[in-house]
Amino acid sequence: MSTENQEKYEKYYVPEQSPWPIIGAIGLFLLAYGGANFIQQTTGKYNNDGSMGWIIFSVGLAVIIYMMWSWWRDTIRESMNGLYSAQMDRSFRQGMLWFISSEVMFFAAFFGALLYARQLIVPWLGGEGNNAMTHALLYPDFIPQWPLTTTPAGETTTAMGAFGLPAINTAILLTSSWTLTIAHHALKDGNRSALLNYTAITALLGIIFLGLQAYEYYEAYHHMGLTLGSGIYGSTFFMLTGFHGFHVTIGTIFLIVMSVRCASGHFTKENHFAYEAGAWYWHFVDVVWLFLFIFVYIV
Amino acid sequence: MADHHPTGIKRWLFTTNHKDIGSMYLWFSFIMFLIGGAMAMVIRAELYQPGLQFVEPNFFNSMTTMHGLIMVFGAVMPSMVGLANWLIPMQIGAPDMALPRMNNWSFWILPFAFTLLLSSLFMDGGAPNFGWTFYAPLSTTYGPPSTDFFILGVHMMGISSIMGAINVIVTVFNMRAPGMTLMKMPLFVWTWVITAFLLIMVMPVLAGAVTMMLTDRHFGTDFFNAAGGGDPVMFQHIFWFFGHPEVYIMILPAFGVASEIIAAFARKKLFGYSSMVYATASIALLSFIVWAHHMFTVGMPIAGELFFMIATMLIAVPTGVKVFNWVATMWQGSMTFETPMLFSIAFVILFTIGGFSGVMLAMAPVDFQYHDTYFVVAHFHYVLFPGAIFGTTAAVYYWLPKWTGKMYNEKLGKIHFWWSMIAVNLTFFPMHFSGLAGMPRRIPDYNMMFAAFNQLASIGAFALGLSQLFFLFIIIKAIRSGKKAEDKPWEGATGLEWDALPCPAPYHTFDTPPQVK
Amino acid sequence: MAIRRKLIASLTALVSFVLSGVVQATADLNMRPGVTETSQEAYDLHMMVVWVMTGIAVVVFGLMFYSIIAHRKSNNPKPATWSHSTKVEIVWTAIPFIILIFLTIPAIKLLIKMEDASDPDISIQVTGSQWKWHYKYLDHNVEFYSNLKTPQQEANFDLEKATSNANYLLEVDKELVIPVNKKVRFLVTADDVIHSWWVPELGVKKDAIPGFINETWTSVPKPGTYRGQCTELCGKWHGFMPVVVRAVPQAEFDAWIAQKNDERVAAEKAAAEAAAKSWDLDKLMTLGEEVYNAKCAACHKVDGSGTPPLFPALKGSEIATKAERMDEHIGIVVNGKTGTAMAAFGSQLTDAELAAVITYERNAWGNETGDVVQPADIQAFKAGNQ
Ligand code: HEA
Ligand code: HEA
Ligand code: HEC
Ligand code: CUA
Ligand SMILES: [Cu+2]
Repeated sequence: MSTENQEKYEKYYVPEQSPWPIIGAIGLFLLAYGGANFIQQTTGKYNNDGSMGWIIFSVGLAVIIYMMWSWWRDTIRESMNGLYSAQMDRSFRQGMLWFISSEVMFFAAFFGALLYARQLIVPWLGGEGNNAMTHALLYPDFIPQWPLTTTPAGETTTAMGAFGLPAINTAILLTSSWTLTIAHHALKDGNRSALLNYTAITALLGIIFLGLQAYEYYEAYHHMGLTLGSGIYGSTFFMLTGFHGFHVTIGTIFLIVMSVRCASGHFTKENHFAYEAGAWYWHFVDVVWLFLFIFVYIV
Repeated sequence: MADHHPTGIKRWLFTTNHKDIGSMYLWFSFIMFLIGGAMAMVIRAELYQPGLQFVEPNFFNSMTTMHGLIMVFGAVMPSMVGLANWLIPMQIGAPDMALPRMNNWSFWILPFAFTLLLSSLFMDGGAPNFGWTFYAPLSTTYGPPSTDFFILGVHMMGISSIMGAINVIVTVFNMRAPGMTLMKMPLFVWTWVITAFLLIMVMPVLAGAVTMMLTDRHFGTDFFNAAGGGDPVMFQHIFWFFGHPEVYIMILPAFGVASEIIAAFARKKLFGYSSMVYATASIALLSFIVWAHHMFTVGMPIAGELFFMIATMLIAVPTGVKVFNWVATMWQGSMTFETPMLFSIAFVILFTIGGFSGVMLAMAPVDFQYHDTYFVVAHFHYVLFPGAIFGTTAAVYYWLPKWTGKMYNEKLGKIHFWWSMIAVNLTFFPMHFSGLAGMPRRIPDYNMMFAAFNQLASIGAFALGLSQLFFLFIIIKAIRSGKKAEDKPWEGATGLEWDALPCPAPYHTFDTPPQVK
Repeated sequence: MAIRRKLIASLTALVSFVLSGVVQATADLNMRPGVTETSQEAYDLHMMVVWVMTGIAVVVFGLMFYSIIAHRKSNNPKPATWSHSTKVEIVWTAIPFIILIFLTIPAIKLLIKMEDASDPDISIQVTGSQWKWHYKYLDHNVEFYSNLKTPQQEANFDLEKATSNANYLLEVDKELVIPVNKKVRFLVTADDVIHSWWVPELGVKKDAIPGFINETWTSVPKPGTYRGQCTELCGKWHGFMPVVVRAVPQAEFDAWIAQKNDERVAAEKAAAEAAAKSWDLDKLMTLGEEVYNAKCAACHKVDGSGTPPLFPALKGSEIATKAERMDEHIGIVVNGKTGTAMAAFGSQLTDAELAAVITYERNAWGNETGDVVQPADIQAFKAGNQ
C-alpha cells in the first residue's frame, strides 16, 4: 500500500511556473473595467464619452482568449508528455465537479428569484398575506397571475408558450445528451470513428438549439412585446434562458474543441479528463434546461 | 534535498508555490486591512464630536461602505486564504495545493479587483455609498455611476474566492498523505474545508445578486422594483442568503486556529476533537437557514419571523460546544502564555461576548429596538475584530517561525497584545451603549446624548489603529533581525508541520509522503 | 490548595464588584423602557436576556480564569491526558438548548402581539422619501410633510449648534400628532428608496419599502413628545431625517384635526388667490429663494452647483437657462423624474411657490435669463398635462 502511494507521489508533478494566471487576471481586469464603461456608454445613463469602453473590453476579451488558449495548450502538452499522475487527474476531475456545483448555485439564485416572484411577490401585490393594504392603497386594479402579463404599473406583454419551439428545443437537448453518452462510451471502447461522429453531432445539436433560441428571442422582441423590460416575467424569462443560452454556447465551443482534439487523437481510453469535463458540463447545461422548461415555460 | 527556488520578480508573478502564494495573500490582506482601517479612522474622526467636521455626508457614506467591503472581502477573507495556503499542504502532508496554477490565478485576481473597487473613490459621483450590504433600490436606481465598477469588482472577487475554495477542497480530499484519515486532520484543515463548501455554495449567489443589480440599473429588468412585479426585499433575501454564511466563512478558520493554539499551549490534546468537527459542520448547515434574521423589520409574514428567530438561536448550541471544548482543553493543562496563546484566549472571550449580543439580536421583538443601531455595530465588530482578526494575528505569531525561520520578540508581542486588547474593548464596548441609547448606524452626525460614548470609541479606535502599525513593526523586525527559530519553538505544538519539517519550512515540502500513524 | 481558595475568593469579589457596577450604570447606559406596553415588554425581555447572558458569561469565563490561574505550567507542570467525555458533551449541548427554549417562549408571545395590527382606531399612512416623512391621516382629510427643522444645508451643522440644542437633529417642522390610548395603525411605505420609521420610546420600527405597505401599530398611554430617526441608510442625508410623534389627549387631537382642516381650506384659498394674481420678479425671487433653500438645496446646493453627476448643477444648466426648455424645467419640477432622486413637487408646493422657485432658478447664481414664471403658467402646464 505505502509503496504504491510512494510511487504516486514520486510521479507527482508540481507544474512549472506559468505566466498565464497573471495574464488572465489582467485580462479580467480589462474586461471588467472596459465592460463597466461600455455598459454605461451603450445604455446612456451616464455621460462618459471618450472612455473607450468597448475597446478596452475587446482587448480584455482578446487577452482572456489568448490566455485560455495558451494555458490549455501548456496543459495539453504536459498531459501528452505523460507528466500527470493519476492523482493529478483526480484533482482535475474533482475541481471540475466543484466548479459545476458553483454554477448550479449561480442558476439557483435566478431560479430563487423566479420562485420568490411567483409564489410571494405577485400574490402579495394582489393583497395576500400581510399585504392587504399594499393592494388596497397602491394597486387596487392589479390582478395577480402568472405569467404576469400586466405589471402593477400597467405595462403589458404576452407570455411565451411552452409547446412550440421550447418543446422542440427540449427534445434537441435531450437527444444531444444521448448522442454525447454514445460518444463517451465509444471513447471508452476505443471506437474512434463513433466517438468523432457522435461528438460532432452533439455539437451540431447545440448549434441548432442556439439558432432556435435566437429565433425565439426575435419573435419575443418583435412580435410579442416580450422584452427584458416587461416586468418581472420578462426579467426572469430572459435572464434564465439567456444565461442558459450563454452556457450552451460555451458548452458547444467546448464540444467543438473536443471534436478537434478527438480527431487529432489526443484522448486514450484511460486518459481523457478534458473530454469528460466537457461531457459533464454538457449534461449540467441539459439538466438546467429541464428545470427551465418546467418552471419557466410549463408551470 | 535541493531547495532551490526561482528568483526575481517572476518568482512572485508566475509562481505555483503554495508558500509564496500564501505569503502574497497575507501581505495583500494586511495592506487592505490598513486601507480599510484608515477609512475607519475617517469615520471615527468624523464621529468624535457631533456636528459635521471633516467630511460631507455622502463621502461619509462612501467611507462606511468601502470600509465594510474592504475589511470583509479584502482583509479577512484573503488573510484566511493565505493561512490555508501556507498550512493545509503542510498539515496534511501534501507537496502543494492540488491546482497550483489556478491558485496563482485566484490570488492575482484580487489586487486587480481591489484596484477596480478603490478607483471608484476617484470617480465622478464618488465611491459606492449604499453600505456594504448595497440594498436595492439605493444601489440600483439611485446608485452613483461607480456602482457598475463595484459590481464587476465583486464579480472578480467572487471568481477568486470560488477558485480558492475549489482548490482547498480538492487538496484536502485528494492530496492527503497516506494514513492521514479525515478524522486525523488538524482542526484548522477541517474548519477550512467546511468554509470552502460555504464559499462554493454562496459566492455564486452573490454573483447572481450583483448581476440582477446590473440589469436593473441598465437593461430595464424589474427584479427589485415593485412597479414591475419585483420586490426590493427580494434583494435582501438573496444578499443575506450569501451574507449570513459569509460571516461564518470569516470566523470558522479562526475557530480552527484557536483550536490548534490552545491545545499547543495547554500541552494537552484538543478536547472533544470529533464533536468540534460535528459542531463546525452544524454551524455551517444552520447558517443556510437563518439569513432573514437581518431582516426582521422588513415586514415579513410572522411565520417567517418566528422560523428565522428560532433557527438563529439554535446556532448558539454548536458554537457553545466549541467554546466549552476550548475551556475543557485548557482545564488541567499545563499552560504558558506566549503571545499566540494570549490572542487565542482573548479570541475565545471576546468572540463569546459578540456571540451573546448575537443571541440578543436574534430575538425578533427585541431586535426591533436593536436593529440598525450601534448595538449591531458593536456585535459584529466583537465577532470580527477580536474574532477573525485576533484569530489571524494569533496564527501569524504562532506560525511565523515556521514561515520565516525567525522568532518575533516576545516582549513586544505581549505589549502588542495588551495594547490591542485594551483598545479593542475601548473602541467597541461603548458602541453597545450608544446603540441601546438609540443611535442609528451609518450616520455622520448625532445628538449630544450620544457624544460621550462616541468620543470614547474614537479614542479607542485611534489607539487600535496605532497598535496595528506596531504589529507591522514587530513582524518586519522579526523577519529582518529576529532570533533564529528552533525547529520546534513551541513545546506543545503537534502536527505534521511541526513534527516532520524544520523551521523555516523548505520551499518544496514533502517530495515523498510522510507516514502518518 | 490555599492558592485555590484565595483565588476563588478574589474571583467572587471581582465578579460582585463588576456586577454592582453594572447595576448602577444601567440607569443611563441601557435601553430606554419606553412608554408603551410593547416597548416595556421588549425592554423586560432585553433585561432578561442580558442577565441570562451575564450568568452564562460568569460561569464560562469564571471556569476559564480559574483554569488559567490554577493550570498554568508553574502550578501544574504535568498536563492531564484525557481528551474526551461523551457525558459532559451531552450535558453542555443540552443546557444551552434548554436556556434557549426558556428565552424563546416569551419572545414568541411578544412578537405575535407586536405584529397584530388588526382593529385599529385610526390609520396613518407614513411615507418616507429622500429625506422627509409624509403623513396622511386616512380617516381625516389631513396630510403633510415633516422635515428636519434646520433645513438641510451644509455648514449648518457644527459643534456649537449641536451642543446648544438638546434636540439637535431630532426636531421637525411639523410633528405627527396622535391621540393617546388609541390603537394607531401606521401604514409604512416609501417613494424612492428604503427608509425605516423608528420611535424607540414606542418600541416601533418598521422599514418603509417602496411599492409595499408594511403595517405596525402603537397605543400610547401617556401624552408627550417622542423622538426617533430614520434607521435605514437612504442616501446622503439619511442621518438628518428625524421622526417626531406628539401624543395628545383625544380632545386636543380632535381640535388639532379641526385646525388642520381649517388651515387646509385657508391655504387652498390663499393659494388660489396667489395663483390668480400676477407677481413681479422681486417678489418671486424672494419667495423662490426661501422655497429653494428649504426644499431643493439639500441636493442642488444653496449656490446651485449640485454634486454632479448625482445631483446636477442648476447653475448654468441648459434646462434652467434656455428659453426653449422652459417647459421641461416646469415639467421636471412639477412631475419629478421617476427613477431618480428628483421628486415630483407639483403637489408638495403651491402653484405660486412652484412659479417662484422656477423663476428663482432661472435668475439666481448668474442664470440671468430674466424669465418670469407666473402661477398661471404652472396652472396652464398642469392643465395641459392632465
Ligand atoms: C464573524 C462574524 C459573525 C459571527 C460569528 C456572528 C454570529 C452571530 N450573529 Fe451576527 N452579524 C455579523 C457577523 C457575525 N455574526 C455581522 C457582520 C452583522 C451585521 C451585518 C450588517 O447588517 O452590516 C451581524 C448581524 C447579526 C444580526 C442582525 C442584527 C440586525 O441587523 O438587527 C443578528 C440577528 O440575529 C445576528 C445574530 C448572530 C448570532 C445568533 C450569532 C451566533 O453565531 C453566535 C453564537 C455564539 C454564542 C452564543 C457564544 C458562545 C456560546 C456559548 C458560550 C453557549 C451558551 C450560550 C447560550 C445558551 C446563549 N448577527
Ligand atoms: C473584519 C471586519 C472589520 C474590521 C476589522 C473593522 C475594524 C474597524 N471598524 Fe468596522 N465595520 C465592518 C467591518 C470591520 N470593521 C463592517 C462590515 C461594517 C459595516 C459597514 C456598513 O455599515 O455598511 C463596519 C462599520 C463600522 C462602523 C460604523 C460606521 C457607520 O455605521 O457609519 C464603525 C464606526 O465606528 C467602524 C469602526 C471600525 C474601527 C474603528 C475599526 C478598527 O478596528 C480599525 C483599526 C485600524 C487600523 C487597522 C488602521 C491602521 C492604519 C492606520 C492608523 C493608518 C495607516 C495609513 C494608511 C494605510 C495610509 N466600523
Ligand atoms: C432628493 C434630491 C433632490 C431634491 C430635494 C431636489 N432635486 Fe432637483 N434633481 C435631483 C436629481 C437627482 C436630478 C437629476 C434627474 C435626472 O437624472 O435627470 C434633478 C434635476 C433637477 C432639474 C433638472 C436639471 C438638469 O439640468 O437636468 C431641475 C430644474 C431641478 N432638479 C429642480 C429642483 C427644484 C426646483 C427642487 C426643489 C423644489 C429640486 N430640484 C429638489 C434631485 C433633487
Ligand atoms: Cu431615510 Cu434613512
Ligand atoms: Cu447573520
